[in-house]
Amino acid sequence: MGKGVAITGMGIISAIGNNVAENYQSLIEGKKGITRVSKIKTNHVNDIMVGEIAFTNQELEQQLGLSSNNNYSRTALLGAIAAKQAIKNAGIIDIHAYRTGLVSATSVGGMDMTERYYYDYLENKETQKYIEGHHAGDSTQKIAEQLGIEQSFVTTISTACSSAANAIMLGARLIKSGQLDRVIVGGTDCLSKFTINGFKTLMILSDTYNAPFDENRKGLNLGEAAAFLVLESDAVVKAENKEVLGYVKGYANANDAFHQTASSDHGDGATFAMEKALKVANYAPQDIDYINAHGTATGNNDLSEGRAIIRVFGNDVPDFSSTKAYTGHTLAAAGAIEAVYSVLALQHNVVYPNLNFKTQMKEFSIKPQLNIKEKPLKNVMSNSFGFGGNCSTVIFSKEQ
Amino acid sequence: MNRNVYINGIGSISAQKTFENNEFLNEFVDHEAQVISVVNPNYKDYIPPAAARRMASGIKMSVVASKIALQEAGLEQVDAIITGTGMGCVRDSEKFVSAIIDDDEQYLTPTSFIQSTHNTVGGQIALELQCKGYNFTYVHASNSFESALIDAKLQLELGEEHTILVGGVDELGEHTTALHKIINHIKPEIVKASQLLQSKTEGAVFGEGANFFVLSNEKQPSTYAEVLSVKIYNTLPKAEVAQAAIQFLKSNNLEVEDIDLVVLGNNGDVKFDSFYDELISKVFNNTQQVYYKHLCGEFNTASSFGFWLASKILKTQILPDCVKLNHVNSSAFKTVLLYNQYRGENHSFTLLKQC
Repeated sequence: MGKGVAITGMGIISAIGNNVAENYQSLIEGKKGITRVSKIKTNHVNDIMVGEIAFTNQELEQQLGLSSNNNYSRTALLGAIAAKQAIKNAGIIDIHAYRTGLVSATSVGGMDMTERYYYDYLENKETQKYIEGHHAGDSTQKIAEQLGIEQSFVTTISTACSSAANAIMLGARLIKSGQLDRVIVGGTDCLSKFTINGFKTLMILSDTYNAPFDENRKGLNLGEAAAFLVLESDAVVKAENKEVLGYVKGYANANDAFHQTASSDHGDGATFAMEKALKVANYAPQDIDYINAHGTATGNNDLSEGRAIIRVFGNDVPDFSSTKAYTGHTLAAAGAIEAVYSVLALQHNVVYPNLNFKTQMKEFSIKPQLNIKEKPLKNVMSNSFGFGGNCSTVIFSKEQ
Repeated sequence: MNRNVYINGIGSISAQKTFENNEFLNEFVDHEAQVISVVNPNYKDYIPPAAARRMASGIKMSVVASKIALQEAGLEQVDAIITGTGMGCVRDSEKFVSAIIDDDEQYLTPTSFIQSTHNTVGGQIALELQCKGYNFTYVHASNSFESALIDAKLQLELGEEHTILVGGVDELGEHTTALHKIINHIKPEIVKASQLLQSKTEGAVFGEGANFFVLSNEKQPSTYAEVLSVKIYNTLPKAEVAQAAIQFLKSNNLEVEDIDLVVLGNNGDVKFDSFYDELISKVFNNTQQVYYKHLCGEFNTASSFGFWLASKILKTQILPDCVKLNHVNSSAFKTVLLYNQYRGENHSFTLLKQC
């Protein structure tokens, strides 16, 4: 133990950019990617806003050089694009040079195709190729194939909106324990009628731009995205003389054990996750310079998370903001999207503004960072919470 | 730092009557079907009827299987819960998708959406136990359960946790079954379970079930076996299966001769059972072999039933006739190797040892 887990590459595609540089530019310019939904035909089109990626499936297939008989769901397409960027960014030429695994996260999986061809499958031979692509592990198998990862440790995590944070956690533990030298970790989820209607029935979708930590927040905007990070052991970093973008220092997962979809009033699970992650990193609360909050802009999450932050940090709450106002809530991918944003924050010494905030919440006095702020950052905490009471925290650091 | 990992309690709900831990396949249900459902326990014995009615079948099976496992291990709480499931509560997914389409996105209720979330089983068990610890769900096809096992083993070996509930669960869904029939993943004909491997047709007999296990650092009287090692592969060419098995044994300082029993995931699919033949006829010719998917059916976490079977054999030193695959008879069962794959992908090797 005590071994370092270095981040040596990142890739991302989201509503605010098709690569890492574009995402960063949007973040510092305060440019959000929230619009009306255009690629999914839904009756709710005028009631909701989403973070949609501009490329069509056909365009994504072309970028990946796939033949027309491929059976990639949009989840797999986005994941493959982001993962390939990460590998390139890490300067990996021979994927087999080290024991390399892949841990991906998804909640939607191939549901976009299933909901499109659900009954059509029974009659139409043309579309039946997508039946096998429904299960969540399929997108991961395809990403592995795109990266050339064979005969290796490849798995998929699905713990709702904390999934990708948990993928990062498992990857870090596999490296720390010496089981693997390199793990590609991240998550991917596309928009679907399934999730739009699901969150709609829960009445937590905003009909306008989501406003995290605002007193009058009306709910979340769904988004689609994929992001992957390359984690490597100290030995690989040394042998390859790798440039390190940041380190995964702390991580923890805890369960709220309160309700299937809602967080407890006082954020027990969130508190435990943050406290345990600090312990794993061997940090005190004051070592954290910025919290990239889960901040979905639902009434329940922001209250529960805010209270948990106060429980952990007391009167000395560090700068915090949610970037969901830019991208929407990208579900299983969110933890990886925000991991990339956290590492970019460390690299550029910048705290992103929490967009759309107008009114202070009345339950507490903490206020998110509203304007872009430059200051030296050493350690960034990223929170991801999901259904099933699933609460995860990952801490990223500039130095080992 | 390297602590041992023991199986201290088990709970199984399957297409056989397996929920009574003091029995061991006393009666073999020789199903004749393309799809086989579980033999249900009396859920009211374990869950209040009102709560049981609200639960999806996958949740219900898992909650009961985990209660049985915990009880046997003499625990009321665990440090962590790790679940594997290929499809989650697929009936609720079907219900929600068909409601979206049939009613044109109107009159929807959240229950089936909530239960369709893959980690709903893990979340529900945590709620039942009030377990606030680590809670992960792996959804990687036929390696979902093994992923959970590897995670649990990692934590126990590193001393991060001391007792972990690990399980595999999948339920049958009507529409999903219909679709898998169309693409020949399910056999075109009705097959008698005991004749599964003689069917010589494409596809498998589909099944469902929940198999949960309490893993711990501490050996105790209820202990079934020690989990020595688990390894997964996303791909493995047929020609490499034998070598991978031998290499896996070698990395655990074992030889082919050290293995007393091989537990194989044959499902009678004429297109893919040849992967098992690599071990059956090339490596373990002189080793006793068993199979189990004729008992439980094929599903993404069917290998958790294989893990249950191996645990039972190691503890009781009894091997039921209905699972025998060859005529070799071991005098004692000390070290057991499990191998599974589905449609040539997501292969796993697992090693268990008698305690």
